[in-house]
Amino acid sequence: MRPEPLLSIRNLRTRFKTYEGMVTAVDRLSLDVHRGETLGVVGESGCGKSVTALSILRLLPSPPAEIQGEILFEGTNILDLTPDRIRQIRGNAISIIFQEPLTSLNPVLTIGEQISEAIRLHQGVTRQEAWKRAVEMLELVQIPSPDARAHEYPHQLSGGMRQRAMIAMALSCRPQLLLADEPTTALDVTIQAQIIDLMVRLKEEFRTSIVLITHNLGLIAGMARRVVVMYLGKMVEEAPVKDLFREPLHPYTQGLLESIPWIGQKLKTGKRLLREIPGIVPNPLEMPEGCRFHPRCPRVMEVCRKEEPPLKELNGGRKVLCWLWN
Amino acid sequence: MTEKKKSNELQSYWSGNRELRRRWAKLRRNKAALFGGVLILIYLFTALFGPILYPGNPSAPNLIRSLETPSRQHPLGTDELGRSILGRIVHGSRVSLLIAIGVVSLGLLLGVPLGLVSGYYGGKVDFGIQRITDTMLAFPGFLLALALVAVLGVGLKNTVISVGISMVPIYIRLVRGCVLSVREQVYVEAARALGTRDVAILMRHILPNVMVPITVQTSLGMGTAILFAAGLGFLGVGVQPPTPEWGAMLGSGRAYLFHAPHVATFPGIAIFLAVLGFNLSGDGLREALDPRFKL
Repeated sequence: MRPEPLLSIRNLRTRFKTYEGMVTAVDRLSLDVHRGETLGVVGESGCGKSVTALSILRLLPSPPAEIQGEILFEGTNILDLTPDRIRQIRGNAISIIFQEPLTSLNPVLTIGEQISEAIRLHQGVTRQEAWKRAVEMLELVQIPSPDARAHEYPHQLSGGMRQRAMIAMALSCRPQLLLADEPTTALDVTIQAQIIDLMVRLKEEFRTSIVLITHNLGLIAGMARRVVVMYLGKMVEEAPVKDLFREPLHPYTQGLLESIPWIGQKLKTGKRLLREIPGIVPNPLEMPEGCRFHPRCPRVMEVCRKEEPPLKELNGGRKVLCWLWN
Repeated sequence: MTEKKKSNELQSYWSGNRELRRRWAKLRRNKAALFGGVLILIYLFTALFGPILYPGNPSAPNLIRSLETPSRQHPLGTDELGRSILGRIVHGSRVSLLIAIGVVSLGLLLGVPLGLVSGYYGGKVDFGIQRITDTMLAFPGFLLALALVAVLGVGLKNTVISVGISMVPIYIRLVRGCVLSVREQVYVEAARALGTRDVAILMRHILPNVMVPITVQTSLGMGTAILFAAGLGFLGVGVQPPTPEWGAMLGSGRAYLFHAPHVATFPGIAIFLAVLGFNLSGDGLREALDPRFKL
């Protein structure tokens, strides 16, 4: 029996009330994050990855958002907590890094002020002590001359440094869970590699669990042990990362993997072609009936158009939402 | 090592102020704003030290010398009661400065918090505050101040209250508009994600980011306040004689406009220059601070 997961999401359903009707961004999502684990969440834009992260921290304004289901963090349902309690969890037990390091820092406060504010919020230390720890955090994320940098404003830092500062801020209270929402999307490739190295190192050091949200499969391959693939608010496949890359089960995952180019690949001929997934992501207001992927699926069957497939659990901790495996 | 650290700190100090220095340089290059600034300095100097430089009671009548034209003893002449007009303008600058500061403080004190709350929370709170603001803005500003004076009565205190309240909706609208755009910024969400309280988000993260328009509006508001207060004084419902007030001086000089035009002209010029100073420097500040006017 595995130990109890740190975070356990059960039947999460996040919907938004719009003028055209209810939009379901996340639909009956269930997943577990274990202690010290990195869970990858991949999918196209608009598949509900970020909304899931924001739902966990209850950062979605309600209305228009409506969240149902259970989000159990160390056994307590986050959705039942009072606003005061959830505030104590934010930034303290669960932190989030957003994808835009350029806009995630307040332009009128220095880096040191912003990090020490996060520390003072949850640790009840003096201003000087918080500042000292902020500088330590900057050192930990390998920002050169952290003393001087702490006195600088965000516009004086490069994109990579700002993201490092964001990581420093997110980890300043040693959270148990870090939600990284496309942490490297806005950065150069070389800087991306540095940020990933940094996150891997700090994860080991702090024993933090990470939920890594991205559409970058390479990043998932490098960091995560388990992967959840999402499509239109639903989890379509869950697998250990090696199995997923070796043998993707869901046609959508197969399509995703075939659409990654690699160096030396011939585009027109050769063993593997660079392929795209045909069609576009449907309008969430007009969800297709049956399996949501059926209009774009190359292996669509009659049953897919009528009935939604159940989530099938397979050997080796794999799950797949597809009629092909039922 | 420490020396190196120090030089680092020094360097970051200077680069931290580079932006500020650039904007200051820009403000200095703007001749109109500079002229406005000089006018404000003269005005402030007069208000602060004038009564020392020009001692005596500006309200004591001396009927033998009434309506005299400018002379060495009374450089700007005398009014219908034989009082030195220069003396009354100098002492009056203090009154108008007091009113301007009072009015703007009242406007800021009520308008900024209401605007912050209205913009940040939205919903019913916003709806309520905005409908009140709409109602107040439906009146021309001066008419609103006049109506409030009619309710409250005349005098210095009531002038400040009525002009101040008539300016509150302007600040509410301005601040609310800015908050609406700032609150959508990722850093506000990031602050919330760190568990920051609403009050701290408003005061530490949002307010500093809306300070530029507030600063500009404050400078422009000082000019408007002087003008409104003078308007009320001119109509006889503002600060009451014998207190030297520019608007009231203008009003009482009106009767002698044909045979002693200096009685009304000089207070008028004083009002004009003070308001011009605040308006020019307000526009200059806007150009220097507003990123949309960047080089």
